[in-house]
Order: sequence, then structure tokens, then C-alpha cells
Amino acid sequence: MEVFFSQLINGLRVGSVYALIALGYTMVYGIIRLINFAHGDFIMVGGYTLFFTVPLMTAAGMPPWLAVILAIAVCAAVGVGVEKLAYSPVRKKGTKMSTLITAIAMSLFLENLAQALFGANPKQVKTIFNLPNIGNVSGNTILTIVLCVAVMLALQVFVQRTNMGKCMRAVSEDKEAAILMGVNVNRTISITFAIGSGLAAFAALMFVAQYSQVTNTMGSMLGLKAFIAAVLGGIGSIPGAMIGGLVIGMAESLSKAYMGALTGGVITSAFSDAIVFLILIVVLLVKPSGILGKNAGEKV
Amino acid sequence: MSNRKDRLKGSLINFAGLLVLFFILVLVMQSGVVSSYVRGIIVQCFFAIIMVTSLNLVMGFLGQIALGHAGFMAVGAYTSALLAKAMTQANILTATPAAGVVQFLICMAAGALMAGLFGLIVGIPALRLRGDYLAIITLGFGEIIRVIIQNLKIAGSKGLAQGQAGQPLIGIPVMNNVYVLYWIMVLCVAIMFTFVRSKYGRAIMAIREDDIASSCVGLNNTYYKVLTFTISAMFAGVAGAIFAHRGLGTLSQNDFSFLKSTDYVIMVVLGGMGSMTGSIVAAIVLSALPELLRAAAQYRMLVYSVVLVLVMIFKPTGLFGAYEFSLQRGLKRLFGGRKEAQKA
Repeated sequence: MEVFFSQLINGLRVGSVYALIALGYTMVYGIIRLINFAHGDFIMVGGYTLFFTVPLMTAAGMPPWLAVILAIAVCAAVGVGVEKLAYSPVRKKGTKMSTLITAIAMSLFLENLAQALFGANPKQVKTIFNLPNIGNVSGNTILTIVLCVAVMLALQVFVQRTNMGKCMRAVSEDKEAAILMGVNVNRTISITFAIGSGLAAFAALMFVAQYSQVTNTMGSMLGLKAFIAAVLGGIGSIPGAMIGGLVIGMAESLSKAYMGALTGGVITSAFSDAIVFLILIVVLLVKPSGILGKNAGEKV
Repeated sequence: MSNRKDRLKGSLINFAGLLVLFFILVLVMQSGVVSSYVRGIIVQCFFAIIMVTSLNLVMGFLGQIALGHAGFMAVGAYTSALLAKAMTQANILTATPAAGVVQFLICMAAGALMAGLFGLIVGIPALRLRGDYLAIITLGFGEIIRVIIQNLKIAGSKGLAQGQAGQPLIGIPVMNNVYVLYWIMVLCVAIMFTFVRSKYGRAIMAIREDDIASSCVGLNNTYYKVLTFTISAMFAGVAGAIFAHRGLGTLSQNDFSFLKSTDYVIMVVLGGMGSMTGSIVAAIVLSALPELLRAAAQYRMLVYSVVLVLVMIFKPTGLFGAYEFSLQRGLKRLFGGRKEAQKA
């Protein structure tokens, strides 16, 4: 039981990071119907920013986690830059396929740029949080979960209650109609990208606080799993991303712990990645709209 | 070019062109300037050509993006490698080099069939989706195949009975006879080329253009989609078999990661979605270029990605688009004056 509980908490922590990333995927997909493959790499951008700014913060005598503000700024700038320089021109001319290929290309670009700039070796990030344990659960874990829920709630309020949020929903519903109603579509898309990428910086903070390592490819697997979380929860839905993230995180950590015992050693813990992808496949085949997604249906 | 005689002439000209290429290859190989390193690059070009043209079937002609093609390549590679190891252990077809070629052909066929089977199994559920969802689900299947291989006992270390999970497979019989591989490559490309020129090819292009209209005129969309996907996976299996026996004698599941799949996607896109000849050119150039520019290898992917974005902005269908180079047309333009070329 002890093991089960600790694995569950573990899963919640990993799931919270996935959820933070999935929120970014969901927002961008909701507004321009694009799987932003580069989103995972925004986390990497955030990670490297933290690697460089955390020592600066400590040197200046400030708490190291304040570095996240800079990371958010950098991530948001990169996100908006990618949208303006690559996605936007392609979207105007090309098909769905060419925007998807552009997204893959941007992901490769960011990963390889990071490799060219900082090398392929992992970088060690200094300790960011020094939190006491509460019971058996580390402070880091609790902070991650709380932060994730708080961000999700704030985002939900932002999208449902503010003017900008209304614009976002309008653009995602019907772009042309939104233009007619006087919504500045380009600005709305840019702000969506900025927020989504900023969330990636948060995810980077929590990831680095736990594993204290950044590499140039850290975002690709993380991004893929978070994307699966977004699909599972229902892409375009903010609470959905949260639920999806937590489910994926828990599925992953529980399957790591128990899969071998349950199947008599046939399927070992090494299959946990495959299990996450299996969840994706089942969801896409059974209910492509996800847990909380609206069933859009194909236009005929 | 619609009448039969003209078409026959076209095939003969193409065959002659392939023979000329083959003799050039023989001359180059016999001249003694080819090191084993260069031979490796040539073999690499061959399997890249098969890989890229087969992926082009799905991306260019079916109009769907598949991100798990390396998974099928892995299935072909491991099937072929393990079968070859088993045959060698049992001393079947190992006596002479010629027997070795036959052994390779049998293993390759097995690899192709197995990859085709996987293509069928993956394709039936996956092809109900399209666009970005299809891309993601193929990626998922590709990763699952890779993880399963990684954890298979028979597919690691010495393989088969002495296998160990999680290690590269070693001691695979080598088959890097470029003459044989050249004709295998030619045959594969020719089959795929005739496929897209056949009524099946026209059907899948109709589905690409408008799947609602195509089902309205009585095409069974699902059947054609799954068929194309299966054929594409089968040839990926052939490419995988060549890859497995290419001369290093080792095979690791890391060779078939998601990045490998994107590598081939890049080649298809740059060559032109819907252009077989474009795929061939892209496969050769993009396989040989990194070897020639070793010093700049670090920046290879950086350059590719920028080029890819630029191509997507300025020519979304890829560099060649759907343009096919034709030897017959080229020769006519050279020798037959302008008028006749225009008529053709």
C-alpha cells in the first residue's frame, strides 16, 4: 500500500508537468488547429534559460525561482517568433499538411540550434527550491501539483471571463466570423502562443526542479506525452488537458511499478512508454474527441 | 504517349537508361577507387531511395502524413536479420556467395511480408483518421514497435536462443553486393511507379483530392487507403532488410527512432510530394551530402529545418512538386527538335 501511495503521488507530480505542457498544446490547437510539434522544445528553451539565469539570481541574492519570470519571457518570445516567422506565412498559403511539416521542422530547428549553441551534453541546473518534506511527500511534488491546479484555474478564468479570452474562443469557433465582429485575429493568435509558451516555461521550472538536468532533446518525449494527454482530455479543453495530464502521469508511473507483477513478467516496466502510446491509440479509435472534448464530427 | 507502342518504347528507353547506369556502377566499382566507406554510402543511397519512394506513396499520393515509417523499416530489418541468423546457424544457403545472395533474397522477402503485415494491422485502425491525428497515431505505432523490439529477448545481443533484451543485435550476415542491391532497388521503384500509374494509383490520387467525391463515384476509400499503406510498409520492410545486412552486422532499435522517420519525411517533402523521381534525387542527395560534408555535419539538421520551412512557405508541395523527370521526354528534347517534344 505504501508503494502504491508513493507511486500515485509520483504519477500526480509527473502528470502535473504533463498537464502544464498539455495546456499549451490545447490552447494552440484550439485556436489554429495545429499540433505544435515545437511546443515540447519550448520547454527545452525554458530549461536552458533557467540554467543560465538561476546562478545569476543566486548571485544577486534573490530566490532562484524568480528566474522563471525571465524564462517565461524568453519562451513567450520564442513562441511568438516561431508563429510569426514560420507558422503564419505557411498557414496563409499552404495546406494542413504543410503547416504540420513546418511544425516538425521548427521542432528540429530548435533542438539542433540548442545543440549547436550549448552542446549535446546534459547541463546541471542548481537547486531551485529548498522545500521541507510534508509527511512522506516531498515539498517539490506538492508545489508542482498545487501550481498546476492554480495555473489551470487561472487560465480557465482568463478564457471564460476576460475580453481576450472571449476573442480566443471566438477565433477558435469561427475565424471569419470573428474577423467580422472586429476581433484582431493575428493579435489573438500571438497572445495565445505567448501564453502557451509561457506555460511551457512553468513546466520547465517544475521539471528542472525535480530532475535538475537540461538537454537539447528533453522536450521531444515530454512534448509527445503531453500531447497525448491533451488528446486524451479532449483537445481544445482546458480542464481536459489537466485531467489528461494527470491520467497519463499516473498510468505511466503505475505501469512502471506494477506491469511486471501483473503480467507475470511478460510485460515489464520498460514498456511504460508503449503503454502511453497505446492509450493514445485507444482514445483516438474509440473517442477521438477525448474525455471532455466536444464532438465536432466530420463535415460532409 | 497514350498508345501502346509509345509506352513500350518508353519502357525500353528507361530500361536502357537503367542498364547504362548499371554499367557506370560496375565501372566505378571495378576501377578500384571505391573504398568500403564509399560502398557503404552507395548502399545507404539504395535503401534511402526505397524508403523515400515508399513513404511518398503515403505522403504524396495518398496525401496523408505518416510519422512512423521507421517502425516498418525496423520490422523488416529485424525479421530479415533474425531469419538470416537462423539460416546461417543451420547452415542453409551459406556455402557460396551466390547462395548467400539467395539467402538474403529469402530473408528480405520475409522482412517485406512481415512489414506489410504490420502495415495492414496498423493501417486498418489508423486510416480511419486523417491529417494530424493520423500523423500522431502512426508516430505512436512506430514508437510501440520500437519499444517492443527493445524488450524482445530474441532481438538483442546474439539473438534467437542466446538473445538478451535491450541490447543491439550483433553478428548479422553481411550482404552488401551493390550489383544485386541496385537491381532490387530498381525493381522496387519500378513496382511502386507502375502502382501509382495504374488504376489503383489514380484511385488513391482521387481520394487525396477529395475523399467525399471519390466515395461518391464508387471508390472504396478504406480499401485503397489500407492497400497503399500496406504496400508502402512492405517496401519499407525491404529497405529495412537492406539496412540490416548493410555491412556493420549490428542493428539497434535506436536506428529506428522517431527522428529517423522525420529524416525520411524531410526527404519526401524536399523531393516533392507526388514525385517519384524527386524522391529518388532527394534520397541520393540527402544521403550522400552529410557524408561529403562531414565537417558541417553538426549543422546538417539545422540547415535542413530552415530549408524545410522555406520550402513550405514558397512551394508547399516540395521542390519538384508533382513533376516527374522522364528519360523519353528528355531524349526527345535533345535529339528530336522542339516540336516533337511539345507534342509528347
